[in-house]
Amino acid sequence: MSCDCCGKKDKALEKLMKLEPKKTTELVAFIDSLPLGNDIDANRGCLIETLHRAQTIFGYLPAEVQQLVSESLKITRSEIYGVISFYSYFTDKPIGRHKINVCCGTACFVKGANRIVDEFKSKLGIKEGETTPDKKFFLGVLRCVGACSLAPVVMVDDHVYGKVTPEMVSTILADYQD
Amino acid sequence: MTITSLSDLKALKARIDQSASDKVKILMSLGTCGLAAGGSKVVDAIEETMASQNLGDKYEAVPVGCMGLCYCEPTIELRDNSGKSIIYGDVTAEQIPAILKAGLTGAPAGTTVVERTWYYPEDEANTQKALQARIALRNTGRINPELIEDYIQQGGYQALGKVLSGMKPADVSQLVLEANLRGRGGAGFPTGKKWQFAAAQPKGKKYMICNADEGDPGAFMDRAVLEGDPHSVLEAMTIGGYAIGSDTGIIYIRAEYPLAITRLRIAIDQAREMGFLGKNILNSGFDFDIELKYGAGAFVCGEETALIRSVEGRRGEPTVKPPFPAVQGLWKHPTVVNNVETYANVAAIIRKGAAWFKTVGTAGSPGTKVFALAGKVNHVGLVEVPMGTTLRDIIFNLGGGISKGRAFKAVQTGGPSGGCITTKNLDTPIDYETLKAIGSMMGSGGMIVMDEDDCMVNIARFFLEFTCDESCGKCTPCRIGNRRLYEMLTDICHGKGTPQTLVELRNLALVIKDTALCGLGQTSPNPVLSTLTNFADEYEAHVNEKRCPAGVCERLVRFTINEKCVGCGVCARNCPVTAITGATKKRHVINQDKCIKCGICFEKCMFKAIDKQ
Repeated sequence: MSCDCCGKKDKALEKLMKLEPKKTTELVAFIDSLPLGNDIDANRGCLIETLHRAQTIFGYLPAEVQQLVSESLKITRSEIYGVISFYSYFTDKPIGRHKINVCCGTACFVKGANRIVDEFKSKLGIKEGETTPDKKFFLGVLRCVGACSLAPVVMVDDHVYGKVTPEMVSTILADYQD
Repeated sequence: MTITSLSDLKALKARIDQSASDKVKILMSLGTCGLAAGGSKVVDAIEETMASQNLGDKYEAVPVGCMGLCYCEPTIELRDNSGKSIIYGDVTAEQIPAILKAGLTGAPAGTTVVERTWYYPEDEANTQKALQARIALRNTGRINPELIEDYIQQGGYQALGKVLSGMKPADVSQLVLEANLRGRGGAGFPTGKKWQFAAAQPKGKKYMICNADEGDPGAFMDRAVLEGDPHSVLEAMTIGGYAIGSDTGIIYIRAEYPLAITRLRIAIDQAREMGFLGKNILNSGFDFDIELKYGAGAFVCGEETALIRSVEGRRGEPTVKPPFPAVQGLWKHPTVVNNVETYANVAAIIRKGAAWFKTVGTAGSPGTKVFALAGKVNHVGLVEVPMGTTLRDIIFNLGGGISKGRAFKAVQTGGPSGGCITTKNLDTPIDYETLKAIGSMMGSGGMIVMDEDDCMVNIARFFLEFTCDESCGKCTPCRIGNRRLYEMLTDICHGKGTPQTLVELRNLALVIKDTALCGLGQTSPNPVLSTLTNFADEYEAHVNEKRCPAGVCERLVRFTINEKCVGCGVCARNCPVTAITGATKKRHVINQDKCIKCGICFEKCMFKAIDKQ
């Protein structure tokens, strides 16, 4: 990859390579496997897929990664940021090693999801959308994981906990002692 | 092995039927909720018991999708080829040896047997009349979703074979139109009509999209179909592709459904291998393939124009219709967007015909609808009922009534776009039109039951908070209007509302309904309007008496000290605003003007001397 106008080697790639060589190589390999070309519209069709992969690799979408995606897909940084900020799944802030998501869908709401959120907040000492100072836990809320029969539901990484009570919160946290 | 004709397929089905063992099947419900409820421990126990007791020639363990009995997961069903069956709910690993020992002779003591409340109209038309009729869910919970052979054994891909071997594309759309299959995503637009519009466009690139971005909080039927019967969606999309002249299908699915994604990927690979997807399907000259696109968490992407923008890699902002997607959709090509549940009906209609489909349901809305029953109801789960079933049957018969013996207050249908329905409409036979007439809508089929402990103003506020989060921000009525509605509802919940607030609330809600750009904005005031109409007394209590009848709105709660007070002073010491006064060893008093309703006194009191009203 090189710049279209001056032929210089990409800054974003170099910078990322220094910071996170392994992750960057993985992302570059994925981008290289995409059917990219000069048709921006067609490239754009791969954007969300690329961001999904990048977030899986890096855990979030830092500015350098956005820049790399921008250069590879020939889509402006501003547009990429627009997409990231639009979809709740994407984040440009680093998040904890374990993602706690409390479901606040309707079924969970009427079964007291708010109390679960409050309990996590007080146990972890952070608010929704924040990460603990030791970078261990991220606390978020989401709208319905579709397991309404188990309401209220908490998802930690890919694991679903059902029929959660405030008393269970400390047990859930204890499952993630690393 | 590649299947190249309908007769090939029928021969394969015959071979599968013949080689089917006469072992008793143990169907293990392993959808997302089955797994979360501990289903894998039960699976381990079944495997262990079968191995240690040499039951391999008596039983066959089959992982299946959701049976809809979410309230008693983990569930298993023992079933033999004659159809004899026992369904167990709340199964524990410890019960397995006894259950397997008893087999189909009867249930051992201490187990929970669940009554089957459904029948399959396709093959049990007149044999059983149960409240539920399963057409869209005909295979979920019955077959192993990861084996294409199981699907073929149920008659899978025969509809595709029938279409490709003898029907013209126009006949297919016409048949679906005659059956009057209406969009199960909620709006109820006739699917056949949509297909005809797209088919009428000039030849060229066209797209067949499946909307699997189930973002409606409280609805999970699409997930159940995708996890339990992915091939039915693939088959229907291919049939639709043939009807409109498209060679590309796209399934737009939520990234939050990892299990559904995995099972779809497996199904697509299997279908390609057998030649149900790809080039020259069943030797008919028709090409069709399907790819997956992931959503990234935006409710508005359930709206078809927003979904199309999202597939294009843009922000999911809806566009003005017309042009309709059937004319100008994905990358400006004609595009049909149908919902998962809609697709799940298609193959059955093709196989059994339009007249058969119309024997189920009402005249204006034939067929069935899957509802996700959740909230304060005993039997939370998925139910598929003929259109025209009453809410009373759904909530009190299938749902087993209200949990903890509380009184029914309302049921919310249609998610954030729908409304609340009260006792007086419990006996209305529900279909698209009747639900609209009573101020709600079908929506995707979420059904949240509420009891007397739920505050309806607070529920309306919850939905508006959701809408504000999810509004894409493109049009003003939705972006600013809904925010303002939310603020007014918050004022009311905080005791700052006046009678004038209620007037303004209704006016603004009506304006948003009339002026917003897309379906999300136009329906977002529904929760407010329907609760304003049906629960006017609750709004008035909040506004006039500053009282929350359900005792939910914290700011309107009153804390008082009763005669149990021993005057220990803990409450007064902990009160952050020194609103509590009293002499030592004397009953204390809360100054209501100073109290900020934080509830600390209530928590700290060791003598239950603080009342919360």
